[in-house]
Parts: sequence; structure tokens; C-alpha cells
Amino acid sequence: MADQAMAIRKAPLAGLRGGSHAAILTPAAPASRISLRAAKDAVPALSAALGVTLPLRPKTSASSGKRHALWLGPDEWLVIDEDGADLMAAAASSGALHSAVDVSHRNTAVIVSGPGAEVAINSGCPQDLSLGLFPVGACSRTVLGKAEIVLFRTSEDTFRLECWRSFSPFVFGLLSEGAEDAAH
Amino acid sequence: MSGVNRISGAGRLTPARTARFTFDGRTLTALEGDTVASALIANDIHLVGRSFKYHRPRGILSAGAEEPNALLDVSRDAARRQPNVRATVQEVFDGMNVSSQNRWPSLAFDVGGFNDLLSPFFAAGFYYKTFMWPKAAWHNLYEPFIRRAAGLGVAPTEPDPDHYASRYTHCDVLVVGAGVAGLAAALAAAKAGAKVIICDEQPEVGGALHYDSGTVVDGKPGYTWAQETGKALAGMDNVTVLTRTTAFGYYNHNFVGLVERVTDHLAAIDKTLPRERLWQVRAKKVILANGAIERHMVFANNDRPGIMLASAGRTYLNHFGVSVGKQVGIYAAHDSAYEAAFDLKKAGVAVAVIVDCRERPGEAVLAEARSLGIEVLTGHSVVNTTGKLRIASITVARNGGGGARKIAVDALLVSAGWTPSVHLFSQSRGKVKFDAATERFLPGTYAQDCLSIGACNGTDDLQATIDEALAAGELAARAAGAEGGGQVALTGQNAFEWTGGMIGAAEGAGPDTTVKAFIDFQHDVCAKDIRLAVREGMHSVEHIKRFTTNGMASDQGKLSNMHGLAIAAEALGKGIPEVGLTTFRQPYTPVTFGAIVNHSRGSLFDPARKTPMHAWEEAQGAEFEDVSNWKRAWFYPKAGENMHEAVARECKTVREVAGVFDASTLGKIEVVGPDAAKFLNLMYTNAWDNLKPGRCRYGIMLRDDGFVYDDGVVGRLAEDRFHVTTTTGGAPRVLHHMEDYLQTEFPHLKVWLTSTTEQWAVIAVQGPKAREIIAPLVEGIDLSNEALPHMSVAEGRICGVPTRLFRMSFTGELGFEVNVPADYGQAVWEAIWARAEPMGACAYGTETMHVLRAEKGYIIVGQDTDGTVTPHDAGLSWVVSKKKPDFVGIRGLKRPDLVKDGRKQLVGLRTKDPKVVLEEGAQIVADPNEPKPMTMLGHVTSSYWSPNCGRSIALALVAGGQARLGQTLYVPMADRTIAVEVSDMVFFDKEGGRLHG
Repeated sequence: MADQAMAIRKAPLAGLRGGSHAAILTPAAPASRISLRAAKDAVPALSAALGVTLPLRPKTSASSGKRHALWLGPDEWLVIDEDGADLMAAAASSGALHSAVDVSHRNTAVIVSGPGAEVAINSGCPQDLSLGLFPVGACSRTVLGKAEIVLFRTSEDTFRLECWRSFSPFVFGLLSEGAEDAAH
Repeated sequence: MSGVNRISGAGRLTPARTARFTFDGRTLTALEGDTVASALIANDIHLVGRSFKYHRPRGILSAGAEEPNALLDVSRDAARRQPNVRATVQEVFDGMNVSSQNRWPSLAFDVGGFNDLLSPFFAAGFYYKTFMWPKAAWHNLYEPFIRRAAGLGVAPTEPDPDHYASRYTHCDVLVVGAGVAGLAAALAAAKAGAKVIICDEQPEVGGALHYDSGTVVDGKPGYTWAQETGKALAGMDNVTVLTRTTAFGYYNHNFVGLVERVTDHLAAIDKTLPRERLWQVRAKKVILANGAIERHMVFANNDRPGIMLASAGRTYLNHFGVSVGKQVGIYAAHDSAYEAAFDLKKAGVAVAVIVDCRERPGEAVLAEARSLGIEVLTGHSVVNTTGKLRIASITVARNGGGGARKIAVDALLVSAGWTPSVHLFSQSRGKVKFDAATERFLPGTYAQDCLSIGACNGTDDLQATIDEALAAGELAARAAGAEGGGQVALTGQNAFEWTGGMIGAAEGAGPDTTVKAFIDFQHDVCAKDIRLAVREGMHSVEHIKRFTTNGMASDQGKLSNMHGLAIAAEALGKGIPEVGLTTFRQPYTPVTFGAIVNHSRGSLFDPARKTPMHAWEEAQGAEFEDVSNWKRAWFYPKAGENMHEAVARECKTVREVAGVFDASTLGKIEVVGPDAAKFLNLMYTNAWDNLKPGRCRYGIMLRDDGFVYDDGVVGRLAEDRFHVTTTTGGAPRVLHHMEDYLQTEFPHLKVWLTSTTEQWAVIAVQGPKAREIIAPLVEGIDLSNEALPHMSVAEGRICGVPTRLFRMSFTGELGFEVNVPADYGQAVWEAIWARAEPMGACAYGTETMHVLRAEKGYIIVGQDTDGTVTPHDAGLSWVVSKKKPDFVGIRGLKRPDLVKDGRKQLVGLRTKDPKVVLEEGAQIVADPNEPKPMTMLGHVTSSYWSPNCGRSIALALVAGGQARLGQTLYVPMADRTIAVEVSDMVFFDKEGGRLHG
């Protein structure tokens, strides 16, 4: 019934703050996300429909305003809209063969920022995050300790770190210890 | 005064900066920068421990990581206590407590020393023989005795209060070792623009320059040059200098593990600092510059306190300003030991004699010795020593016989030459080669992208080392892609060129003798033990090693390997390369558990996955159970209820009113694409192309071999979109299984798989009042039986948020599974609960879910199946399509063994006494009087007290079970035999009418 109060949204890391002066940890605001799968021939139509050019090279992303398309595999992208736009509808309007699945609530994100951000993440992530190899805009599906994450560098000292919601306390905890060490 | 042996003006420590510590309860004064070893020697303490097997008094042998003897218990407070710390590595801090080990009641008088007298009975391999018989004595007598006697040090009992840090990092060039070679290589690589990490296990850079007194590099004293170079490197943006950092393991693809000791040397700990930091470095190029390790001389009673490596004597003097004695003897087969005599003599310490087993030492050192007035006995050997707790004299004899002469000494510095440290090279899987001229193993064939330079590469001359290092540094930098321009030129000069070296037993400890001439101090292995091993038939170096345990202590034979090998080769009458070297293993030196475990403890040991409703469940007092990594609400006890009572109440309430259950952990996979139905047809045993959008179906998935892999309900949301559910524990592997088949067997299908387990919070509302509970909250979905019958799905809204609403049941009741985006899970749950509770419904957990499904005979994959059960065995033949031409497992199902009669089949069991609840896992027999071993027909897979049936119920796998309906079988238990009747699997509402309520 329409008179029911709308259910209140509760993000998994709501209210948490952490990190150190070298690496600040902030839970990201809710965003809409789709897991997008499509063959190469569908990319132009999907790019047009989403308003962001789907990247085709590993470890790259494309952004348009607050919408980001992260390359995760040869036929796979994570599309994030920080304004919460309806990405499912946008993808559907492409008319191209694809699979879009809403994962807005499956994932959550932690923003890691500060001069020690790389060191904090490298406490549990074995990737080379130096600017030369992981420049601004680089992204990758990787691990942090025992959790799978998607890492996205949004500026020289800021990363968006996406993970599945039930792993987020573990991820936040490990990052907190990494951030503390990064301060030394 | 920081010790009677401290020589004013000698060494590099600051006399004013003292630190106090205790050794076996005695308070001593040290200087900041002292190691425990240097501080003890400064206080004239050489006796620091008892040996492992014979409990012989032992002293400090070395000044470095290779130390086999001086293993002490070091503590800061009750919780921060560590056994087996090498006194030569541990730095003194103010307030530290140090204790000796392996002695009782005291270090000077040790009852275990009795073992030394019994040593004829403790020959190498003694335990393989002595403790063979009688067999029964092994458990009661021998093993407990050996376990008590074995092991060194006492493990701490309190939890470790420190924390540890971990960093993965990458670099162009990793340089291991910061002696002359390492520093020069790092400098060259850094100037060429490479990203460089250089590490060294000592507190300062400098390596061998610590003990050196006469080397000049770049016109400066070697140690001074090293410190300046270390500072210059640390100041460069592209260089990380890590001291107190041991490269302990060289793994695949230039992955090297380093452990940095951060606080172990500090008097006051900053609690935010980790005790140790684990560095896991991936380097494009590795430069090994880890130097060489001096060998001791192998002669009778060569293990008395006060007998030390010559380079250690120099380190204590030249770096720490401590003389190892007042009347020092030298016993050498290598020129380097002479420089120890020179340094001591120049510092005013009496040098009793230099005994050199060679006829012709290097001319330069010989001349210098003579000019300093030191007596040199060439062609002589030390054939024995005296002194109970400290060396008192040496017996020197002319090689080949002749009058022995006793010379009083209070310390003896020995050197048999230098063993290049090929540990890390060997760990990298590189193959060493034997250089016959210098009798040493050197890096031969490289397996990884690394270079060895300096002493570990057998390069002896200083300028040659520098040139080799500079070239290697630049080469590695260029190969790693560095394009900087800087070049480095350096000159270096040694005081003396060194010659000589020997391996194996010296005069007086040869094959014709039975003296105790130790080669492995930590494991008490003597030269004669190696010969015994050969006589006993051990011809392989690997067998000799294990028989004698030579090189198997925590020092991994850094001093003993070459001696042991030479003695074995001699006994075998073979050349050293034919006998071969054992493989070096990680870690190079012991690594703490803390560094390895690192962050993985407490809440970070393993992710504890919690559902969006977890906090509510916790607040309601739910007990939780672990299901894979998930925490699932198990049952909700009310005040005073035990588990049995809570579950009974929940079971009754669900069937009488309704229950609310958190099913969020069920695996969910969204299958999308025009070929989605085709794909599911191949993955599941039943048909999916005829399932209409809006309807659901139960599916069984098999492995290739025809056995049940997983099950779940699948809803079709649209022609090209399915919502698949899996078991909680099966979610990741089912997705991998599907993805594997999609990519390898069915790549032609246009379909994609996405895990949505965590996208949806799932609230199961089950029971007669389920519809009434949710109806007012739902918008846009007709909940009537006609519009939304059992096994259907609709999309709409609940509490104003989107939902995928399933009409389905795992309880046999009218039921709904409300899927909402996870962030709304708790709010929607609370809204449902606000309606459910006043109606008398309950929240129920996994235990009640298990009972309710068992009452209906619904199986749980993994509980009622075990990987050897087909759908037919499980009574699920109706789920297997007879029309489909193909699905995963279709051929497996036709295997003769899988279709033959008498297979174990799932059936129900009713105990004759309805109050008796069977034990899960209990075996089932036909004739309880059959002599043992009885013929076992199968076992109980699920068993519960069913409150709704008022009796116990059970499911079991029984051979030929479906043909035994009505038969009486028996479950023999330890205390009684339980009679059961075989039945069908449905215990409650056989007609299934309640599902459609």
C-alpha cells in the first residue's frame, strides 16, 4: 500500500570513519551500479546509451561526470553512477545484445585517500600501485587479504575500493591497519 | 663502566649512552648499540648456554645471523618473551631481561651435563636404534622422554600483545645485503634512475666493514664510507634503505620476503608501531650481495666458551670496542684470522700465538705478524683444549706428530676460511657449481632474473667486488628500464690480500680419532658422527644429513654444511661435487609467527560475513552458526529457553501461525541472455525452456559423474533472465562450475552469469498467516493463489522499495521469499516483523528450517547427499528429464554402477520408540545379532525431534532403501540397539495441501 512509509536505506559501513593522517578511510555514498556484460560489437551502442565510452583495454576506465565504466574483463564492465541514475534503463535503451545486472547493493565502496593510500592498500593487495603502472583512472579486480575487491584510482592519492557488502567490515578493518602502518 | 672488556677508544659506540639489562638475574651495563653478545662479552661472560644434546657449556661463536650457540630467552615483559633469540643479532635495550636456556638448575651447574658422559650411547642416529624395542615402550616411555628432552627454549604462553604490519611492494632492483658490494650496486642502480630497495639484516649498513679495520673505499675508512653511502641512498627519492631487515625467502618470479624488525631494539615501544613489518617484494631484478660466512676449525673440544670465529673477534673489538679476552690465541687455515691478531695486538690485548695449520700462510700477513712480534706456528694444529666453563688452554702440536705444547689462552679465535652465502641463490632454484681451486660452491646456473656479486659470488678482491657491483647495479637498472644518466666510479683497497682456507676435520680430528670435534654446534654433531653415518651405510648426502641431523637445526648448517660435506666425501672416498650439497630452504633465518600471521588474527583472521539483518537478529538474542563464512541466525531463544525448547516453539509457531526467516545467504546467480534457458537446460537435469516467465522450478545440478552437486529454486523473470538460487555454501563453486562449462563446453551460447547473492536481502515468511502478514506492505503484486500460485515470482514493491517476490516454500507451508535490495533488508524485515509479531508469528533460525524441511522430506545437498548420491538415489527421479538429449552428468548417470540395484537410497526412518532421536551418522544394519564386523547397510543423514509430528524423524541412506519400505532395521549404538522402520521421506502433510493455502 502506498501509505506505508518507505523503507530506510542502511549502508553496510554507515557511520564508519577511519584511517590515519596518511590514509583516510571514508565509506562511499550509495551509488547505482551494474555488472555489464557484452560482446565487442555491442560496445558502441552501449557506450552511446550509457554516455560513457566503455574502455577496451585492461586496467582502464572511462568517466563522464559521476558515471564511471571500469574494465574488468574482455566482455565485462562495472558501471558506477555516483548520482544513483537508473543504469539498467540506460543499458536497456541501447538496443544491443548485453547483460546488465543491478549490483548497486551487492557492492559497497571505501574511499582511501591521502599520501599513504597506496601503502595502506598494499598492506593486503599485491598489485603494483605506483603511478607509472596504476595511473589515475586505472582499475582492476584484485584482492585485499582474503576479500575480492575492485580498485579504482580516482586521483593521485585517492582510490575507490569496491567490495561485496558482507566483506566490507573485513576490508575496512584491514585497511585501517594498513592506514596506521602507512602513517609511519 | 660498561664491562671489564670494554677498551677505551675502541669501537664505534658512544661510551656515555648506557643501557641496563639482566642476564640470568644479574644486572649488567651495556652501551646503546650493543648486541646482547657484545654486552655479555664486554662483561667477560662467554658461557651463555648448554648444548642441545650433550648439554656441554657453550659460548658465543659468531657476531652475526649464523650464530648456532648463543640462543637466549629475551623478554621485555611477561607477554613479550621470546625464546631462542640469537644473542649476536638482538640489540640490547634498557630494561631487557635475558636468560640462558637448556640448563637446570643453573648455567654453571647443569644436571643435563650428565648426557656428555653418556655420549657413547647418544651417537648419531641413536634414537633410530635405541628406541626400537620393546614396541610398547615407545608411547609410554621413549616418546614422552624424547619430547621433553627435545626442543629448545620455552614457548611464551600469553597472547602476543604486539601487532605486525605487511606491505607488498615492487621495485626495479632489490639489493640484498648492504656491505661494500650491495651499497655500490645500489648506488649504481639508483644513479641510473632505477627504483631500488636495499636491505640488510644489521642495524646499520656496512656488512663486513663492521669488523674491518684496514679497508679504504673512496679514500675513506670503509665503515665511514658505508655510513655516508647509506645516508646518501636513503636521501634519494627512488631508494628505500631497510636496515634490521632480513631477506628470508626467495620465491618464484623474483618474489622475495623480507622481515623488518621495527621495535625489538627499542627501550620504550610506541604502540602504534608494528613489532615487525613483513615486506613482500616483487623485483624486476634481484642483486644478491649477501656476503660470505666464516667457518670454524674442526678439532677436538672446539666448542668451549671463548672459542670464536676470528671475524667475530674483530667485530667485537672494532665495532663494539670489546676485547674477547686478555690472552687470545688464533687458530687459522686462512689469512683473514691474522688481521684479528693484528687488531687485538694494536689495541693492547695480548696475543698468545697464531697457530696456522698451513705450512705457507700469505706472505704479507706473516710479515706483519712478525713485525708486530706475534709468535706464529705454521704447520701446527690445535689438537685439544682445556677449560670447563671457558677455554683455559690449547694444546698445539706439529702436524704429523711431534711434541705437543700447551699454551694458556682465555679466548681462541678460529678461521677455516669463508663460505660464500649461496642460500638465497639456492632458494631461487639456482644451481650451484663447485670451484675446486677454492673448495667452495658458487652460483652456477641461474633460474631467476638475479645477479650475485661480491663475496657470495666468490669475488675476493675489493676492487674487483666494487667493479662487479657497479656493473651489476647499472646492468640491472638498465634491464629494468631505468634511463637515468648518472654513473658511479669507486676505488677500494684492502689492507691485506687473503689466501688459504680448508674444509673438513683438522689435524687430530681425523678418521683415526674419536674426539669430539664439533661441526654442527646447535645439533651437537661431530666429525666422527658423519663417519659413523657413512659406516652405517648412508651414502647420499641427504641420508647423512638426516641420520646425523647435521645442518638441520634452526641455523640450517650455515657453519657446518661444508665441513660435514668434506668429511663425508673423505669417508666415502668421493669428490665433493659427487657427494653434492643439500638444498637450502626458506627461511634463511627464523621468522616469527607474528610476521607470517600478520593482520590475519582476531576479526581479520577470516571475513565473518553478516546479512543486512544481522544486527536485528543479534539484538533479538539469536544464537548464530557458521555456514561457510556466513554467520546465520541458528535459533532465537526466549528467556529461560534452551535450544531444544526454542526450536520446538519455532517449529510449532511456523506451522500454526507463521515464521520469519533470514534466507539472505542463499547463493543467487542472475543468468541473462537469449540462450539463458538453453544454458540452464544443460546445467540442470530438468527442462527450463518450457518454464514461463513469472514461474519457478526446483532444479538439481550434477557433476560430470552423475552425482548431485547442488540444488535450488530458479525463477524465470523474463524470456532472457533467470534468478537462480543455490545452497549457501555452494554459491561460489556453483558459479565457477557454471562459468567453467559456459567458457569451455558451451561458449557458443549467448548468456552471462552474475553473482547477485549480496544484492538481495531475502526474508522468508512462511506459515498459514504469511500472506496476511505481507499483504498490506506489498504494492503492484496480486498475492492471491490464482495470480501468484506456489512456485511463482513477481516483481513489484514492498515498503516502497523494489522487490522480487517469490511464492515458494522450504517448509511445506504457504510461503513467500521477499527479495529486496540489501540496504533495505533490515527496514523491510522490521516492517514485516511489526506485522508478524502481533499475530503470534516468530522469527526462526536455521535449526528450525532444518527440522521443518525434514518433516517434509526436502533434502539438503551436502547433508543428505555426500557426493556419491544420484538424483535417483535421493528419490528425485522426477527432477531428471527423460526427454532432454544432453545435460551435465547425463552420461555419468548411465554408468553401470549408478544404475545397478542395491545402491544406497534416501529413505525415511521412524524409530519404533517415537521418543528416541537417532544420531546423525549412526550406522544401520539388518541383523543386530550378526557377529562383528556387521554388514552395514547405510547411515542416518538427518535426524530431529519433530514437534509437529510429536515424534522423532530421520532421513537415511540405506542400501536398496526404496525396496525396504516397511522393513525393520537396526541402529546399533554403544549402549543400546535402536529398532527403526523404513518409511517414505514425508512425515508431515503428505498431500502437500498446506503449500497452496
